[in-house]
Amino acid sequence: MTTLLNVKDLRAYYGQVQALHGLSFSLNEGSLTTLLGANGAGKTTTLRAICNMVRSTGAIEFDGKPLNNRSTENIVRFGIAHVPQGRGTFTTMTVEENLQLGAITRKDGAGIVSDIERMYAHFPVLKQRHTQQAGTLSGGEQQMLAVARALMLRPRLMLLDEPSFGLAPLVVRDLFGILGKINREDKVSILVVEQNAQLALELADQAYVIETGRIVMSGKAKDIANNEEIRKSYLGY
Amino acid sequence: MELFTNQVLAGIATGAIYACMALAVVMIYQAIDHLNFAQGEMAMFSTFISWQLMQWGVSYWAAFLITLAFSFVAGIAIERILFKPLAKAPVLTNVAGFIALFAIINSSAGLIWDFTIKQYPTPFGSAPFLGSQLISTHQAGMIGVTVLLLLGLYFFFQYTRIGLAMRAAASVPESARLVGINTSWMIALGWGMATAIGSIAGMLIAPVVFLEPNMMGGVLIYGFAAAVLGGLSSPFGAVVGGFLVGIFENLAGTYIPGVGNELKLPIALALIISVLVVKPAGLFGRHIVKRV
Repeated sequence: MTTLLNVKDLRAYYGQVQALHGLSFSLNEGSLTTLLGANGAGKTTTLRAICNMVRSTGAIEFDGKPLNNRSTENIVRFGIAHVPQGRGTFTTMTVEENLQLGAITRKDGAGIVSDIERMYAHFPVLKQRHTQQAGTLSGGEQQMLAVARALMLRPRLMLLDEPSFGLAPLVVRDLFGILGKINREDKVSILVVEQNAQLALELADQAYVIETGRIVMSGKAKDIANNEEIRKSYLGY
Repeated sequence: MELFTNQVLAGIATGAIYACMALAVVMIYQAIDHLNFAQGEMAMFSTFISWQLMQWGVSYWAAFLITLAFSFVAGIAIERILFKPLAKAPVLTNVAGFIALFAIINSSAGLIWDFTIKQYPTPFGSAPFLGSQLISTHQAGMIGVTVLLLLGLYFFFQYTRIGLAMRAAASVPESARLVGINTSWMIALGWGMATAIGSIAGMLIAPVVFLEPNMMGGVLIYGFAAAVLGGLSSPFGAVVGGFLVGIFENLAGTYIPGVGNELKLPIALALIISVLVVKPAGLFGRHIVKRV
């Protein structure tokens, strides 16, 4: 299996405050990897550093090419779609416009039209609401829209920041089911950051545990889920 | 009754100009969260450029188009040189930047073309429009050009990808970058378009107020009043506000005793204050709620 994303000795800073202290991990092509950890461990910062939205040092390689010193909007063009915390919905625009924005870097008009239809097939609720302002959607629907918007890029890698946040348990099950399907059928590699460790470990194949800006544990998601000691000390369930 | 209709129609004609100025102000406000105090001076300078071209023998419409292109490029240049470096600076720094820009453009125009009042031609003539005494052909032309411009802008922002990208960059910049939009250039593009829109307003109003470096002072205040009335967060509101302010200005000048032509400007200022007190978000604006 080839490595798609390789992060080495990543350090990130908010002003004077250092949030990541030499974090290294990698993600294989086609895998669904999860980063777990408590509040403030540095999960979101890790995703933000990959897209150069926070000042950082260290090496980040995507498909063998360095991503450092590239602007956020250029990194998107490598095929990296980032669904930020809070979903980043364009609330004043319609659902369909949100989907079109996801594909704004693409040039193939016909492909975009057919992909929008594909998204409506994945998420029927978005089709019902396609002329509605995205801000009027429920939290779960907005999360579906955020995932669909990211997929409109036809990404090779999708970064998801706490997709379960603020959603009802049933909606989260639904959403994670769809993520698994996207990973298997559309061959999109996924890096998902989660506080809901139990659910994330069920979904993922590979897992890393972060504590205060460092990786403290890594391995197959199954093994970590079955290791009671790790679960109790780091994941709290 | 004829006086009333006449004043309303004349109000719509000048309101069209206010609508353009308000729209230019709102476009820049949406992009960088600051009011461009120099919008009027930029429009004035553009108008002088078109006048100079006509002095050199260029026909009206050719001069009009060249001026549009010049204004578009100049707007982008101003953003790149002056306001991009100030993007993260405090509000007052930006205000100082706008005032500096105002003074520089105003004085340069005076230096190049001096402060004497000049005639400015109209391509529409000033005969009665369609034989009616209510409105002149130039006023009809002002309304016509503005309506065409507004329709064009509407289609641009609703139905083109670049228009969509510009709206996205203005509404949620971080998400816009995450879908691959170069938000910095979208802001520059907004400046270029706003400057071009302002230049249209300048060229259309110049035959009425005559050409001189301070010609846009009053017009910009009405433009601000229009933008505040319609809501600074709503381009549509700015346009509606422009027409309302134009009509209101004329009716107040005609029917309120003692207002006359001299006190029209304080009316605009009174309008700004009233709106800010009674309905700060304007008629069509959204309340901006910030999490703290």
